[in-house]
Amino acid sequence: MFDKVIKLFMSFFKIGLFTFGGGFAMIPLIEKEIVDTRKWIHREDIIDLFAISQSIPGAVAINTATLVGYKVAGRIGAIVATAGVALPSIVIISLIAVFFREIADMKIVAWIFTGINAAVILLIFHAAIRMGKVAVKDWITGILFVVTVIVVIFTNISPIILIVAGGIIGAGLFYLEKGEHE
Amino acid sequence: MIFLDLFVAFFKIGLFSFGGGYAMIPLISEEIANHGWMNEAQFLQIIGIAEMTPGSIAINAATFIGFQTAGPVGAIVASLGVLLPSLLIILFVSAFFFKYSRHPLMKKIFFGIRPVVTGLIFSAGILIAKEVIFEVRTLIVLGVLLVVIKFVKIHPILLIVLAGCSGIIVNIF
Repeated sequence: MFDKVIKLFMSFFKIGLFTFGGGFAMIPLIEKEIVDTRKWIHREDIIDLFAISQSIPGAVAINTATLVGYKVAGRIGAIVATAGVALPSIVIISLIAVFFREIADMKIVAWIFTGINAAVILLIFHAAIRMGKVAVKDWITGILFVVTVIVVIFTNISPIILIVAGGIIGAGLFYLEKGEHE
Repeated sequence: MIFLDLFVAFFKIGLFSFGGGYAMIPLISEEIANHGWMNEAQFLQIIGIAEMTPGSIAINAATFIGFQTAGPVGAIVASLGVLLPSLLIILFVSAFFFKYSRHPLMKKIFFGIRPVVTGLIFSAGILIAKEVIFEVRTLIVLGVLLVVIKFVKIHPILLIVLAGCSGIIVNIF
């Protein structure tokens, strides 16, 4: 147990350290680390955790870390994973705040980010495709996916409404199928 | 008392924002204006840095604003404030969720939610791609990375490091 908690902290410290661009960019790293490397959670289950973390208040990164930590090692796991994901930010940002003027004017920082932006885009699409293989299984889920993308790109409707709508449609399917069996 | 003000302000931000760091920006801006902690130009700079540095945008912004207004202790207090609502809510929600997650109705609900989440992530990719689509240098790096991942299986962290190095190289030439 103690060993697991240490590993959990280190995993999320690593995730916090190498995520650029916020919570969504964190998803591919969490998947790789928690599902593929550590094998703590199945791919299907982790998508559900991502869904919950986007439906409750707070930063997606913190919510995801807390949920995954809880799933892996209970309440202690939740606290340890959250601390792990937050710590790199607190240390790095405090250093930047001290040397703010010097760093902001460095050309090489901008150069590095012209490259990192490309990797972030690639990783996010890669995560979406991998997730789509598990999540988009028939024409109903296909339509839900396409409608979500269109709504997010072209309107200001909150993601929470979309997630709730997806849940209601899923519940509707449950009662429809139940009705057919009876 | 400045520490208590920082904690309460960021606790509120953590509690009332849905949809992650980007959705938090308007709330942070309002709290900063109300307390007179910094001006609009300083705020924009901080958001830029929060996006550019590794980690969650929410924690990055909280740490930076806390540090600027009240030093290292301020940084820690603000960060704790922004992550505590998540931690408390999830400790409650998870227990409920994991208890019922095997129920057939729950399974169907998530059957409907999963494609939406996939769509949200896909859209996040499109929105970021839209920002850099006219950056020729970023597109060159993107091309290089596509070739690399076509031929070798590469860890995401290594891909980010490789992308950063490529960014420097394209800018030199």
